[in-house]
Amino acid sequence: MLGKLKNSVMDSQVKKSIFRVGIPNTDRKRVLIVLGNVFLHLHPTKVRTSGVKLRYTWCAGGLSFFLFLVLTLTGVLLMFYYRPTVEGAYVDMLDIRSQVPFGIMRELHRWSAHAMVIMVMIHMFRVFMTGSYKPPREFNWVIGVILLVLTFLLSFTGYLLPWDQLAIWAITVGSNMAKAHPFVGAAGPFADFLQIGGVPLVHPGDDARFMLIGAKELGGTTLLRFYVLHCVAIPLGAAVLMAIHFWRIRKDGGISGPL
Amino acid sequence: MTEHAVVHANPAFEAFKAIANMLADPRASFLGAVGGLILMLRFRRYVFNWYVGAFVLIVEAVVILAGMMDPNFKLIIGKPDNVPITIMLFLSTITLWLAMTQAVNNERRAEQKLPPEEKETSNQKTWVWPDLLYIEFIALILCTVALILWAVYLRAPLEEPANPSATPNPSKAPWYFLGLQEMLVYYDPWYAGVVLPLIIIMGLMAIPYIDTNPKGNGYYSFAERKFSVSMFLFGYLALWVFMIITGTFLRGPGWNFFGPFEYWDPHKVVALNNVNVSDYVWVVLFPKLGDLTGIAWFKQGLPPVQNVVPALIPPDMASIRAFGHELFMAWKREFAGIIFIGLYFLAGPWVMGKTFLKSYFKSLDFGRYSLLAFLVLTMGTLPLKMVCRWLFDLKYFIDTPWIKF
Ligand code: HEM
Repeated sequence: MLGKLKNSVMDSQVKKSIFRVGIPNTDRKRVLIVLGNVFLHLHPTKVRTSGVKLRYTWCAGGLSFFLFLVLTLTGVLLMFYYRPTVEGAYVDMLDIRSQVPFGIMRELHRWSAHAMVIMVMIHMFRVFMTGSYKPPREFNWVIGVILLVLTFLLSFTGYLLPWDQLAIWAITVGSNMAKAHPFVGAAGPFADFLQIGGVPLVHPGDDARFMLIGAKELGGTTLLRFYVLHCVAIPLGAAVLMAIHFWRIRKDGGISGPL
Repeated sequence: MTEHAVVHANPAFEAFKAIANMLADPRASFLGAVGGLILMLRFRRYVFNWYVGAFVLIVEAVVILAGMMDPNFKLIIGKPDNVPITIMLFLSTITLWLAMTQAVNNERRAEQKLPPEEKETSNQKTWVWPDLLYIEFIALILCTVALILWAVYLRAPLEEPANPSATPNPSKAPWYFLGLQEMLVYYDPWYAGVVLPLIIIMGLMAIPYIDTNPKGNGYYSFAERKFSVSMFLFGYLALWVFMIITGTFLRGPGWNFFGPFEYWDPHKVVALNNVNVSDYVWVVLFPKLGDLTGIAWFKQGLPPVQNVVPALIPPDMASIRAFGHELFMAWKREFAGIIFIGLYFLAGPWVMGKTFLKSYFKSLDFGRYSLLAFLVLTMGTLPLKMVCRWLFDLKYFIDTPWIKF
C-alpha cells in the first residue's frame, strides 16, 4: 500500500517536473543534480579534497554568506513593522519586542549582524594564514576587502535604526569623523582654505558629514538616509560583490591548495 | 553580615582584582600583548599545539567566570552588545591556534622533506553532492541553533528614546570601530578617523601585490613567510582585536581608562599635561643650550604661530604673504618634529632595506618596495606614538594651526 503510494508520487509528472534527476545514486546523477540546481551550481561538481576539510576553511566564508542570508530574511520581516521616522522608529521597536508574535526577529537580526562582522574578520584571517590571496587569487582578495568594508557599513547604518540613545550617540561619534575630512569636512584640516572672496565653500551645511547624515544634526533625514542605505543600497552592492566573489573562486581554480 | 559581603572581602579575590586592574592598563597590556605575540611566534613549536591552546582557552574562561563575581566586571561583560566581543576573544584564540598549529606542523614536515599536510589530499577530488553539501548542512544547522539560543536568551538592547540633548558618557562608536576610536586618544580625528582607515583599506587591498613570495600559497605556514605573517598578526591581533577589547571593556566615562574591576566613576579626572616635540625643543632644550653657550637666540621661547588662512580665489597677496610668514614660523617652531617624521618616512625605508627587509629590498621593484615600507612605517607610527605618549607625555610630533600629527 505505502509502496504503491511512494511509487505513484515518485513517478508522477509533478514530481518529475520539479526534480529532474532523481535519487543521486550514480556519479552521473551527482553531477547533474549540482549542475541543474540554481543554488547548488554555485559549487563546481567536484572540489579539491584538501579544500573542503573543516580545519582548512573553518567554514568561515560559507557561514559569512549564511549569516548574510539570515540577515536578509529577518531584515525583510522587520521591515513589515518598522517605519524609518523619528516619531515611528522607537515606538515600532517597542512593538516588535512586545506585540509581534514570535518576537525574536530583532534579536536574531542583531546577533546575526554582530556574528557576521566577526565571521568575515575570521574568514579574512583564514585566507591570509593559508596565503590564499597569492596568485591567481589577488583580485578576489581585493573584492573581499570591499566586502569587509560593506559589512562594516551595513552594520553601522543598521545601528541607527532603533533610534534610541545607544543608536544616535554611536552614530554621532561615527559621523563626527566625517567632518574631520581634510578639505571636504567643515572641521577638517584645510577646509577653510577653500573659499571664494571670503565665502567658505565647505561649511557644516554642505560638507562630508552633511552628505552622510543629510542635515547639520542627526535627525529624520539621517534616519531615512541610513534606512535606505541599510535596507537597499548596501545589501544590493554586497550581493553583487558576493556573486563576483563566488564566481571568481571558481574561475581562480577553486578553493586554494598547495600546488 | 550577609554572605554576599563575605565573598567580596575574600583577600585572594581582592588581590586578583587589584593585579588584573593593573595589568589591564593599556601601557602594560599593550606591551604585554605585543611581547606575548613575539614570544609566542619565537617559541611557536612549544606554544602552538592543542594542549596549550586548550589551556589558554580555559584560563580565559576561568578569568571571565571568576570575574563575573565582581559587580563592576559583570556590568561591562554582561552588556548585551558586549557579548559579541567576548565571543570574538574566544574565536580569535581558537582560530590563532587552529592556524598556527597547522603551520607549525607543516614546518616540521618540511624539515623531514615532506610536503605540507594539505598536499596529501590536494590532488584528490571530493563530490559536492553529497560530501560538501553534508558539511555545509551541518554547519548551517549548528549556526542556526546557536543563533536561536542566543536570540532567546539575550534580548537585543533598547535604551531610552533618542535624546539629542542628553549626551551619554562615554559615547562609543559601534564595537568594530572602537579600535579607531581608541586611536583618537593618540591622533586627531582627521588622521584616526579618515586617513588611517583609508590607508588600512588600501593597505589590505595592496597585500597580494606587494607580497610576491610564491611560497605558502594554499596551505598553513609560518616559517616560509615569517615577515608577512608576523606583520599581519601584529596588525590584526594587537592593533585591531586588542584595541577593540580595550575600547569596549576598559574605556569608561571621559574615555578614561578603568580596570576591569573598577567602578566607572564619571567624575574621575585624569590630568592631561601632554606636550609637543616643539615644547621640548624650545622650552626645555634650547634654554639650556642658551645657558651653556650664552647665545641669546636660544632663549627666545616657543615661536608664535598664528592661524592665518590665505585667500586664494581671488588671490589676495597680503593674506598669502601673511600665510607664508606663518608657514615659515610654523617650520621654525616645529622643525624638530618635521625632521623626525621626514626622516622616519624617507630614511626609514632605506634603513629597513638594509636590515630586516633586506630580502624584500632586493626582490621588489621600487614602487612595490616603497609601498611596503610606507605601510609598515605607517603601522609603526601607532605604537610609536602610544609609547611616546606614555614615556614623554607626547601630544604631537608636529603641531601647526592647520594640521597636527
Ligand atoms: C561578506 C563577506 C564574505 C563572504 C560571504 C565570503 C565568502 C567566501 C566563501 C564562501 C569562500 C569559499 C571558501 C571559504 O569558505 O573559505 C571565500 C573564499 C575567499 N574569500 Fe571570501 N567572503 C567574504 C569576505 C572576504 C574577505 C573580507 C576577504 C579578504 C579580505 C575574502 C577573500 C577571499 C579569498 C581570497 C577567497 C579564496 C580562498 C581560497 O581559495 O582558499 N573574502 N569567500
